[in-house]
Amino acid sequence: MSRATGEGPAATAAALTVLEPGPLATIQDRGRAGQAALGVPRSGACDRRSYELANRLVGNAPGAAAIEVTFGGLALRAEAEVVVAVTGAPCPDAPLNAPSTLRAGDVLRLGAPRSGLRTYVAVRGGIGVEPVLGSRATDLLSGLGPAPLTAGDVLPVGCEHGPMPGVDLAAVADPVAGDLVVRVIPGPRQDWFAPGALLGRRYAVSSNSNRIGVRLEGTPLERIREGELPSEGMTLGALQMPPSGLPVLFLADHPVTGGYPVIAYVARADLDACAQLRPGQSLRFTS
Amino acid sequence: MRILPAGDHALLVELENLDEVLGYYAALAGSPPAGVVDIVPAARTVLVSTDGTDLTALTRALRAVRPIGGGSFGGEPLEIPVVYDGEDLDDLAGYLGCSAEDVVKRHTAEDWTVAFCGFSPGFGYLTGTGSWDVPRRESPRTKVPTGAVALAGEFSGVYPRESPGGWQLIGHTTLRIFDQGREPAALFQPGRRVRFVQADD
Repeated sequence: MSRATGEGPAATAAALTVLEPGPLATIQDRGRAGQAALGVPRSGACDRRSYELANRLVGNAPGAAAIEVTFGGLALRAEAEVVVAVTGAPCPDAPLNAPSTLRAGDVLRLGAPRSGLRTYVAVRGGIGVEPVLGSRATDLLSGLGPAPLTAGDVLPVGCEHGPMPGVDLAAVADPVAGDLVVRVIPGPRQDWFAPGALLGRRYAVSSNSNRIGVRLEGTPLERIREGELPSEGMTLGALQMPPSGLPVLFLADHPVTGGYPVIAYVARADLDACAQLRPGQSLRFTS
Repeated sequence: MRILPAGDHALLVELENLDEVLGYYAALAGSPPAGVVDIVPAARTVLVSTDGTDLTALTRALRAVRPIGGGSFGGEPLEIPVVYDGEDLDDLAGYLGCSAEDVVKRHTAEDWTVAFCGFSPGFGYLTGTGSWDVPRRESPRTKVPTGAVALAGEFSGVYPRESPGGWQLIGHTTLRIFDQGREPAALFQPGRRVRFVQADD
């Protein structure tokens, strides 16, 4: 199946063929901010810092579409010479945090990452699929944007880019492999719970986590007041507390509104680290 | 009005009721403060998220908003042709103690306003001029077809695409409420006035 639209790629046009998608690979960019009032979630890359770095390393404009790979496993074949950069969760065999050239026929293969969960592959020129509502991001909650990648997909490579950055290697620490501690800021319904109740507890990341949210396992937190909450707007980093008493941390594909109280928000600067959490990894909150 | 914390990039404005939300949202969306990225109205609240972190300045700006009476953006109402053949129409009429024709008359006679959106892209929660109080179905349907026109609580709505749903179905429209290839994709935007018009099938 070709994902090219319009006239289709010419014989010499740059393209990447998906040989294997791994557990989940999607196309992501900065998402659809500004449309939440229409019920359209933001979506976009989960670890935005890694995504932005990948684009910078290949001289792309901010917001160019890249591939978000979940737990490695992606194999891509270049159909013409392209420059790519791989960032985020470090996968064996793939050059990390540095631009590299794939010649026509070369295969980029990502093994399972040694830490973290999400790896970003940017290509100079960006992935040129057709945007939907101003973005090429795959939104798994709403079904907007391109479907997750499958073997055989041919991804057109765009031709808009700036100069190469003149950086051979960006110094970036690997995602935290063990206990992660992130800062939280009060949420609108913090008074539904005992003061400070969330802080210091150790949670484990559930295997039910996805691009919508990181589900946490641990000792349930009790509400100190009864009642139902009319649905209200939520944004990135919300720690929503369903009746189970176990928080859900909202990531990129979160719904625009929710009916459970938000006890706190993860500080925006710490969210990218949360997007790299693996099932089973431990997480604590600090003020 | 209360302004509640919502992380380091947003604030949540809590208001008394839906009418206040409509008036506040209309005023705020008409002239949003600098740096505001998204304004999300809901049943009792308006979430305001920003691209920066100067929440002190934003708090001041939000306190200074003067709600617009009525809350709708004015303009001609969007007309939605509806075939009133919904599976729940007769049961709902029974619950309300009237005939199916009465439900249709009431639904088509009212001025509706999109109060807020959510649930899925383009799904609007519409409030009427009357006071509806419709229970949700005891067990939600796993599949509600695209274009189904429905009632629940004080709201009416149109399903923009096939999805699960617990609202009472009273009819259907062939109008595409949400079409990602169209500009604008969503016909329902908060503040938009709407009329339902009975159509033959």
